[in-house]
Amino acid sequence: MSNKMHVKLNVNGQDHEFLAEPRELLIYALREKLNITGPHVGCETSHCGACTVTMNGKSVKSCTVFVAQANGAEVTTIEGLGTPDALHVLQESFKEHHGLQCGFCTPGMITRAAKLLEENPNPTEEEVRFGIAGNICRCTGYQNIVKSILSAASELNAAKEAAQ
Amino acid sequence: MKDEITREDRVANLKGMGCSRKRVEDARFTQGKGNYVDDIKLPGMLHGDFVRSPYAHARVKSINIDAAMALPGVVAVLTAKDLEPLNLHWMPTLAGDKQMVLADGKVLFQGQEVAFVVASDRYVAADAVELVEVEYEELEVIVDPFKSLQSDVVLREDLVAEDGSIPNGAHGPRKHHNHIFTWEAGDLEATEQVIDNAEVVATEEMYYHRTHPCPLETCGSVASMDKVNGKLTLWGTFQAPHVVRTVASLLSGIEEHNIRVVSPDIGGGFGNKVGVYPGYVCSIVASIVTGVPVKWVEDRMENLMSTAFARDYWMKGKISATKDGKITGLHCHVTADHGAFDACADPTKFPAGFMNICTGSYDIPVAYLGVDGVYTNKAPGGVSYRCSFRVTEAVYFIERMIEVLAIELNMDAAELRRINFIKKEQFPYTAALGWEYDSGDYHTAWDKALEAVDYKGLRAEQAQRVEDFKAGKTRKIMGVGLSFFTEIVGAGPVKNCDILGMGMFDSCEIRIHPTGSAVARLGTISQGQGHATTFAQILATEIGLSAESITIEEGDTDTAPYGLGTYGSRSTPVAGAAAAMAGRKIRAKAQMIAAYLLEVHDNDVEFDVDRFVVKGAPERFKTMKEIAYAAYNQAIPGLEPGLEAVSYYDPPNMTYPFGAYVCVMDIDVDTGVPEIRRFYALDDCGTRINPMVIEGQIHGGLTEALAVALGQEIAYDDMGNVKTGTLMDFFLPTAWEVPNYETDFTVTPSPHHPIGAKGVGESPHVGGVPCFSNAVQDAFRPFGNRHTNMPHDHWRIWQTANNLGMHD
Repeated sequence: MSNKMHVKLNVNGQDHEFLAEPRELLIYALREKLNITGPHVGCETSHCGACTVTMNGKSVKSCTVFVAQANGAEVTTIEGLGTPDALHVLQESFKEHHGLQCGFCTPGMITRAAKLLEENPNPTEEEVRFGIAGNICRCTGYQNIVKSILSAASELNAAKEAAQ
Repeated sequence: MKDEITREDRVANLKGMGCSRKRVEDARFTQGKGNYVDDIKLPGMLHGDFVRSPYAHARVKSINIDAAMALPGVVAVLTAKDLEPLNLHWMPTLAGDKQMVLADGKVLFQGQEVAFVVASDRYVAADAVELVEVEYEELEVIVDPFKSLQSDVVLREDLVAEDGSIPNGAHGPRKHHNHIFTWEAGDLEATEQVIDNAEVVATEEMYYHRTHPCPLETCGSVASMDKVNGKLTLWGTFQAPHVVRTVASLLSGIEEHNIRVVSPDIGGGFGNKVGVYPGYVCSIVASIVTGVPVKWVEDRMENLMSTAFARDYWMKGKISATKDGKITGLHCHVTADHGAFDACADPTKFPAGFMNICTGSYDIPVAYLGVDGVYTNKAPGGVSYRCSFRVTEAVYFIERMIEVLAIELNMDAAELRRINFIKKEQFPYTAALGWEYDSGDYHTAWDKALEAVDYKGLRAEQAQRVEDFKAGKTRKIMGVGLSFFTEIVGAGPVKNCDILGMGMFDSCEIRIHPTGSAVARLGTISQGQGHATTFAQILATEIGLSAESITIEEGDTDTAPYGLGTYGSRSTPVAGAAAAMAGRKIRAKAQMIAAYLLEVHDNDVEFDVDRFVVKGAPERFKTMKEIAYAAYNQAIPGLEPGLEAVSYYDPPNMTYPFGAYVCVMDIDVDTGVPEIRRFYALDDCGTRINPMVIEGQIHGGLTEALAVALGQEIAYDDMGNVKTGTLMDFFLPTAWEVPNYETDFTVTPSPHHPIGAKGVGESPHVGGVPCFSNAVQDAFRPFGNRHTNMPHDHWRIWQTANNLGMHD
């Protein structure tokens, strides 16, 4: 179609170029154009956070970002956090502490949690709860998610200390 | 052969029942590699989207699809007229009614499906939806079930005979053209007599508001009709894939062996994904029409407006007792708002589900329940949102009636419960409304709970708080919410329970591989419950192979044995039992193989964790791994090769999990904000398979209970407009609003279940809703509150305080 624009994105360290209508949402570009299906669509109104990705260093709800706004951005999704052989600490700790059930919110939740721990490496429980309040989980009641994040924080801090 | 490791190690290596095994599902979910229906992408796939009615009640005068069809990328626009030749413009509901797939002459609720646009991508489909021109003529809207039963307006013209008479419905005679059914249980006359002559009677009316399960993933499907081979494959958000296959076959005329239904990963169900929705039917028809795969996924607003509401029960109760608090009778009448079509998901014989468990955990000698189902201009549904069929309604009802009776008797509500509990020695206990409770020890659970929270101390603190409030020292009051619940889950005995005629058994098929690993398939489907983890634990204990070596598969009707699916906490009670029974068949054959290999008689070997040992000579044994290998590779006289088993399990009874919950809440009377200071949940789900998973289920169920009790609702205005159609208005709690829960347990195994398990996923919701509500109401009890309806959002709590003069 005539009104398509040329979009450049760096997703999880890899450059992508494609044509898209400016109104196309980032989440659909990721999921349907680039086959990055970790982030999910839960509400399309920014409430649930299932679509959370990191864009230019900030947590965003990719269901309310147009690709036109994301053009040229660096995006990290759950797929960019760890590999099967080298999982992110959060990916391990969510399993260890039963921080997920149906798994639908999990990619957005972990992506947000990873950014939260960068912003605040030593959060209190209250700060974790506030920091993930933009991500809804219908299954876990959050208790084990909070536990997973706090445990990952101590692990990351311990690793940092050991490295110093 | 020398045994290198201890028996203790062997038990641990098994990862069988009772251990908190980490979930095998998590690897893919934490890495973004789950496979949900919207992740499915097939070559040439088209996207479907609905034109929906903006009106709650209107005639459809005309539909013009020309402009939509002219938009590049639009392939088809289906209306009822296109579906009629296939006899698919209406479809049967699970409740014996029928429902329009696409508007046939009129619309009956806001958001009803009017036309189905099929286009090259979701954006083009959405654009085309805007271009379909529908001319409506508005009709009088009825959103109140009581007015509906008085109104001359006929909602369902298809259910009125030409001479104006009202034919019977699926559940017997109908009293009015907007009436669906009357369903009764118990002895009306005897109940009235007891209540009329009672020393004390408490009456109350309560509205259990309409809400919605709202899983994070909405409903959707991908249909792919392979015209070359005549095979239809349907992926979708189905809590009961086999039922969907049978229904799809009956509706489409495609033979059942030519239909494959697959439930991929499901992003939460909670009852929302039990029903059959127009979107599924339209994606199938569209794939048949276009010859390519068609995807339909609803958005959040469509989900909240059109698929599967829950509750909407207007309940009227009378409870009688002696002066010292012994309950003598219970009367309950429900006016049930079912919306525009009766699409409730209940077993056929139970149009009000198991609402007749409403005598709760109490020994009530006589009771009566009457339920009237009513049509209104609201969305159809009536699913069980994280509970067995209507059990949350039943438990809320009785747990509120107990509180109201306690007020009437001026008695402590915990003590009133205690003196009326069914006693341990009364089990199996037949309740006044007919159910036979399998096992329970309510007094022990209650005492443990009250002691854990220091109940007496809490009451003393509350009394002090009342004094302080009256003295102007604080603006925060304190409530102690109590609830004791008995669930009824695991539907169910086929003789009682069927859905569309299909008996509610379930199944498990196990295939042991020669190297001693296995695959097991079941008729259920996990939506987050962790079946792949926990069913493997049941099998590990039963057959002696490590859970790590057992793959669990569900949800593909081409491979899984027939089953009725996952809802109503039926997976462990029914499919879990089938797994145990199939495992025992494996073990029986393994015993013969072991005896042959050890050159002893069958009865001279016995099972021990992961092996068969010669009785009295434990150093002589064959491990299950060795036995599996021999089953395939050694000619054993009188035995077929191989090691496989299948079990179809028809449970003899339901199971009856129970629990005791206490919530301590502070309420700021000036803002109406409740603060949950403490929540203690004791659950008895019989034998515990995986404590970690159980706790996770309890945390989640309590949080959904908190949501429903404290704010979540599907509200309509008088015009039938949905006022809570987005997550801005529909309350889903975040981490910020949710407390930490304390969990505890007792274990009272089910006597009839092969491993004694009862099911747990829904208990916390069933027990949690009345507990949160009772906490709010208890806080206001010292100030004259008797009953206020949920949801107790900040505004309503503030109003309660205001009505009680607490702002004066």
